[in-house]
Amino acid sequence: MKKLLSGNEAIALGTWLAGVRYASAYPGTPSTEILENLAKHQDIRAEWAPNEKVALDSAAGACYAGARALASMKHVGLNVASESLFYLAYTGVNGGLVIISADDPGAWSSQNEQDNRNYARFAKVPCIEPADSQECIDYMAIAYDLSEQFDTPVIFRTTTRISHSKSVVNVEDGNGRVEHPIKGFTPDPTKYAMIPAHSRRRHPVVEERTKKLSEWANTASINRIEWGNKKIGFVTASVAYQYAREVFEGYSFLKLGMSWPLPEKLIREFASQVEKLVIVEELDPFFENEIKAMGIPCVGKEYFPMVNEFSLAVVRDGARKLGVPQPEPVVVPAVTMTPPARPPALCPGCPHRSTFYALRKLRLRVAGDIGCYSIGVLPPFNAMDTIGCMGASLGVAQGIDAVGVNNEKTPWVAVIGDSTFFHAGMPALANIIYNKGASTVLILDNDITGMTGQQENPGTGTTLQGLQTKKIDIEAVVRGMGVDDVFVVPSFDEHAVEKTIKQAIAIKDRPSVVISRGPCVFLPDYPQKFTYDVNEKCNGCSMCFRVGCPAIFKGEIDTTTKQPKALIDPLLCVGCDICAQVCPHNAISKVNN
Amino acid sequence: MTKKDFLLAGVGGQGVLTASDIVAEVGMALGLDAKKSEVHGFSQRGGVVESHVRWGQHVGAPLGERGHIDYVLAFELMESTRWVDYLKPGGTIIVNRQKILPMSATVGNAVYPSDEEIEKALHAVTDKIVYVDGLEIAKSLGNKNLANTVLLGALAHELDVDPEIWLDVLVRRVPKKYIEENKKAFWIGKLREKAPVNS
Repeated sequence: MKKLLSGNEAIALGTWLAGVRYASAYPGTPSTEILENLAKHQDIRAEWAPNEKVALDSAAGACYAGARALASMKHVGLNVASESLFYLAYTGVNGGLVIISADDPGAWSSQNEQDNRNYARFAKVPCIEPADSQECIDYMAIAYDLSEQFDTPVIFRTTTRISHSKSVVNVEDGNGRVEHPIKGFTPDPTKYAMIPAHSRRRHPVVEERTKKLSEWANTASINRIEWGNKKIGFVTASVAYQYAREVFEGYSFLKLGMSWPLPEKLIREFASQVEKLVIVEELDPFFENEIKAMGIPCVGKEYFPMVNEFSLAVVRDGARKLGVPQPEPVVVPAVTMTPPARPPALCPGCPHRSTFYALRKLRLRVAGDIGCYSIGVLPPFNAMDTIGCMGASLGVAQGIDAVGVNNEKTPWVAVIGDSTFFHAGMPALANIIYNKGASTVLILDNDITGMTGQQENPGTGTTLQGLQTKKIDIEAVVRGMGVDDVFVVPSFDEHAVEKTIKQAIAIKDRPSVVISRGPCVFLPDYPQKFTYDVNEKCNGCSMCFRVGCPAIFKGEIDTTTKQPKALIDPLLCVGCDICAQVCPHNAISKVNN
Repeated sequence: MTKKDFLLAGVGGQGVLTASDIVAEVGMALGLDAKKSEVHGFSQRGGVVESHVRWGQHVGAPLGERGHIDYVLAFELMESTRWVDYLKPGGTIIVNRQKILPMSATVGNAVYPSDEEIEKALHAVTDKIVYVDGLEIAKSLGNKNLANTVLLGALAHELDVDPEIWLDVLVRRVPKKYIEENKKAFWIGKLREKAPVNS
C-alpha cells in the first residue's frame, strides 16, 4: 500500500524489515524520530543511551554477539562516538551494524554544518545516502547486507531535508520483516581485541576491504546512471539529486546511493560519455575532490555553494552560471514591510525561566550548554556567554576558574541540563573536583530531554519502551563524586533560586552545585495550577517582561509612568507563577475559575 | 489537477505541521505524488514554522520556490507578510486573523504591524487575499484547536477537489471524539461562513 512517510519513519521501518534486534541512540535533531518509531516494535530492543558513544558501543556489543544492530545520532553525535567508529572500522562486525548520521546542512538546530561523509573516508567504512523515503527503506536492507558481506560497520547518512521530508512509499503493511537469528559470539581476540599487535594486522584487511567495496560500488544498483542529454553529466546524491533532477531536466545523471568508497570505473565510464562533468553536492566538495584526484576533469563548487542547504533557487543560480537555460526568474513584487523577527523563547511555564531571570539579575557570567536553555543566550536574559557542544559548560568553567578569571568581580557559573549532565557533564564535574576547582555548577533538572521533544534519560525513571526503571538521583551522584556543597531548589520559586545561586557563588575555595528542579511543561506531572491575570495595580514597571514569557504582552500605556502595562494571554498562560513572584506591585494574580 | 505547491506558515505550537500532513495526504488521495517538508528544532519553541507541500505527477524537490507557490496558508496574521512573496503571480494567500505577539515586541522595541500595514504588504504582491477568523470561529465551536481545520476548509474552497476526499483524510487524522466538531469547522471554512451553522 501507499503511505506518506518521513525519512525517519521510513528508516525505522527499513530497520525493522531488515531484522534488526537492537537499536541505541541519543536524541538529536534531525535524528530523534528514528528510535521513537523503532521503539513501537516489540521485536526490537530500543534504548536511549546517555550519549552517542555509549549508543555505538552498545550497538557494537549487540553486533559482536551476532545480532543485527543500529546506532542512531545527529551529525555532531558522531563526533562523540567517533572513537568507537574507528575501532569498529578495524574489528568489523558479526551481525550487521549500521550507524545513522543525520546531518544538518543549514544548521537548523545544530552548532555547525559538518559533512559526515568525511567520517566514512576517514574511518574507512562505507557510506550509504538515500534521496527520499522509499530509498530510506530500500537502502537499509542493502546497508545490512553490505555490513555482513564486507565485515564492516556502515554509515547511513541523511540530512535534515531527507529525515524530515515526507514522501510517498510503497510498503506491505505490518509484515515483510526478514528474521536474522542471533548468531552468538565467536571468540577471536585478533579480530575483536584491538591491542597494537592485532590492530596492525587488521589495518591491511581494512584497506583491502575498501578496494573490494569500491569494486562492488561499480555495479551496485544504488549507484545508477540515468542517461539523457550528454552535453553535461551530473554526479549527485541525497537531496541535491532531487533539486538537480528538477533544474537540469533531460540531462544525464550519475546518482550515487553510496558516497564512499566511490565507484571509480563507473564514474570514468560516465565522464567519458559526457562533454562536461558537473558535481552537485551539498556542503563539502567531497565527490569533487575525489573525482579530481582520479584525474577526471570536473567542476562543482564554483557553481554551487559550500555553505547552507540547497534549494531549487540555489541550484538554479548555479545552472545560470553554467549557462544552462532556466525559466526567466519570476519577478517577485517587493513586500512593503519586513515583519519583526520571531526568535524562539522558553515556553510559558518553563522551569528554566527562574534561573535565567536570576542569572540576568545577578549579572553573572555563564558558561552554557546544549538544550532548550540555550535560549538563555537571547533577550531578555542575555545570560549565556559561551555555548559549544554537549557538556562543554563544566570544562569551560574549570579553565576560566583555573586562570583566575572566575573571581569576586566577575563570578562565573556553568549551566547544564539533566540529560546533558548524564551525556558529558559527569566526567567534567569529576575534573573540577579532582583538580581542586571552585566552579559553581547549575544543573537544570526538568526530568526529561526537552529540546528534542521530551525523550527519557537516566534521570527520568522510565525507558524509551515505557518500562519503569531506576531513576538516577543527580543529587546523590554529585555528592557521591565528592561535592560537599549541593543545594536543591524548586525551579518554580524564583526567590529561592536567586538566593541559592548567591549562596553557592559565595563559596570560593571548593566546587558547589545547585540543582534547580521542576518538570518540563510538557510532562504529564507538570503542576498545572491557575491562569493569571494583570490587575489594576500594574503601572507599567516592565519587571514581568524580563521573565521572557510568550504569554505576557505589552498593553495600554500607563498614564503616570508612560510605560506599557502588562497583559497575559489566558490561552498561553499555564500558571507557573514566576511573573507574579517578580512583580513588585502585586499586580499579577490568579484568575478564579 | 496537475501540479500545486503550497506553503503553510505560522508559529511553533500552532499545529502547522499536522495541517501540512493533511494537505499532502489529500494530494496522495487524488492519486498524485506528494512531498512535504518542514523545519523542526529551535522553531518548536515559539519561533517561525515553515512547511512546504507539493503535489504533482512526479515531485522531486521537497521544497517549493519563492515566486512559484500556488497557495500560501498563514496561520498567524503578521506571518502572512513574511511569506506572501513566495506566491506565484496570481497566487492566493489565506490568512488567519489570529495575532501572536513575537518576543521581539514584548521584550524589545519591535512593534506588531497594524492591520493596514499588513493589508498593504499583502496587496503589493497579490489581490487574492482571503482572511479567516480561524480562532474566533474555533472558540465559538468550543475548541480553539479547531482553527486549523477552519483554515483547511478555506483552502479546500479554492481547490477543485471533492470535499469528501478532504473529510476522509481529516477523519483519519483526528481522534474519534473530535471528528464531528472537525467536520463542522471544515465546512465553515469551506463555505466561508463567519460563525457556526445554526442547525
